[in-house]
Amino acid sequence: MERDMTVKSIPLAATSSGARKATDLAAALTNWRVLLSIAALCLLPWVLPSKALAVNVLVYGVLAMGYNLLFGYTGLLSFGHAAFFGAGAYVTGIAIGQFGVPWYGAVLLGVIGGGLLALAIGALSIRTRGIYFSMVTLALAQLVYHVALQASSWTGGENGLRGFTVAKIDIAGFSINFLDPVSKYYVLMVFAALALWFVSRILNSPFGAAIEAIRENETRARTCGYDVERTKLISFVLSGLICALAGTMSALHLAFVPLDVLHYQTSGMIVMMTLLGGASSFFGPFVGALAFLLMEDVFSLWTSHWQIIVGSIFILFVLFLPKGIWGTFLARVVR
Amino acid sequence: MDAELILIQLFSGVALGAILVITALGLSIIFGMLGVVNFAHGALFMIGAYAGLWVASLTGSFWWGLLVAPIMIGVFGMAIEWLLVRPLYGRSVDDPLLLTFGLSYVLVEAVRIVFGNDGIPFPTPSQLTGVANLGVGYFPIYRLFVIVVVAVVLLLLWLALEKTKFGLIVRAGSRDPTIMRVLGVNISKVWLLVFGVGVGLAALGGVLAGPMRTVNPEMGSLVLIEAFVVTVIGGLGSLLGSVVAGLLVGVAISMTALFAPEMGTIVMFALMALVLLVRPRGLFGKAA
Repeated sequence: MERDMTVKSIPLAATSSGARKATDLAAALTNWRVLLSIAALCLLPWVLPSKALAVNVLVYGVLAMGYNLLFGYTGLLSFGHAAFFGAGAYVTGIAIGQFGVPWYGAVLLGVIGGGLLALAIGALSIRTRGIYFSMVTLALAQLVYHVALQASSWTGGENGLRGFTVAKIDIAGFSINFLDPVSKYYVLMVFAALALWFVSRILNSPFGAAIEAIRENETRARTCGYDVERTKLISFVLSGLICALAGTMSALHLAFVPLDVLHYQTSGMIVMMTLLGGASSFFGPFVGALAFLLMEDVFSLWTSHWQIIVGSIFILFVLFLPKGIWGTFLARVVR
Repeated sequence: MDAELILIQLFSGVALGAILVITALGLSIIFGMLGVVNFAHGALFMIGAYAGLWVASLTGSFWWGLLVAPIMIGVFGMAIEWLLVRPLYGRSVDDPLLLTFGLSYVLVEAVRIVFGNDGIPFPTPSQLTGVANLGVGYFPIYRLFVIVVVAVVLLLLWLALEKTKFGLIVRAGSRDPTIMRVLGVNISKVWLLVFGVGVGLAALGGVLAGPMRTVNPEMGSLVLIEAFVVTVIGGLGSLLGSVVAGLLVGVAISMTALFAPEMGTIVMFALMALVLLVRPRGLFGKAA
């Protein structure tokens, strides 16, 4: 890691015009990252083969982005983020379906519910280090899965949760038809835009610098006087909040919560998307979600065993392109 | 609730725990030596069960399956280490974990393509069917056999690690691989072999578990998580920890099943959470 940093600082000293142009481009990408992302998302439904795919890119893009805050920026490889995604989805569904809470209240409750769960799981798992952390987050998320399976009167158990269709969104005197795929996309895009802004704000703050300091060298961060445990826990909870938001988006979109959202395969998919796109880069998670969902879309036309292809591609990425699609693009073209 | 039923259930727990011990031990040996958490361990357990079934149906004898399948899958594990894991040494500790996770995805799908999605029954060998009277009640012979096999394998493993020159190299190599290189030991060969043995143990667990449940492509995912829980409770890298924690978890699951069947899996996680609160490095783990 330390060697990496010195290597990176050398090109900054070189002042050939090409290098300067590249740094300008990198700076522009960073300064305008939220607006650029929103602009790209605005176009997405008209570029992709189906509106449903576009909505999935929104949901899983937000999910991977929330995860990336912890994995890419704080350097903690969690294998249990399905729990927060699922908690957001279930709480939203239960709030609407069983308590008649309006959609905005249900979204808020979903995010808070996921955040509280992240606080509990985070508090336990950050006590462990390194490789243990991945195993403990995975195990605790499986605990959530089994609890949801048993508590079938609340969650519908294996059949999943149904019966909370949101047909229209009333906001500021307007009534938006939520069953129309295009308006649904743009409503959910507002949530995604908020999440993008929130993450960008976190990364620009001193807290953002602190989590990256912990990722680069935990001992050094501790010596510099950072409260490493507290910072990790806050990062864990923030990450959980964003993943829970993705869960509420998914619940509103599908009007159904399958039990599988909590399964460890979902956690694994989040990891794959983030790594495919490029961990520790702002655009990476969305690029990864898009790439993963497109692969699923295309390969599942050929074979029901599309996962073998996606899995192999993932292995190749770990071996040869650990920076992911966007990270490699940044390294090759921009820097 | 009478004492006999509780004792029989205790035996069931030990048999269940024995499978966990052998699987978690493979995970722990690989980690202790190579510093790699093998996420494909559950998938290799499942492939072990399929390989056992395949060899048994080919030769018509369960015993050949029990003997050959772990060796076959162990060699396959060595190929995995050589081809996929070795290029990642010296990189972040997360990379082998991510790679083996991707591998488990591929292995499960590959088994689905070859053997189909549905479970296949694994017949108990005729010599081991039926029940034995233990004095306190009747107990399936096959489960007793599982306990005995695991005990023998543990003894052999202990002898190999503590009493042979190779065991000495393995133990020294897990302390300080650089010094071993300086001393002229080809540590990569040792790592290759240790990875193979660890994977072979997972496959052995799979073959042994076969007749106790149906063999299906999904059977590895629960086992992987159970093995994780066991190693977290026992302390990753500690062999004694794996044995004690494996038996503890096995007995805890089967005792809970006696009183509240649906809580069986949940109690295992509660046990892990408790250990994490009191002793984050695990019962037998060394301080970080």
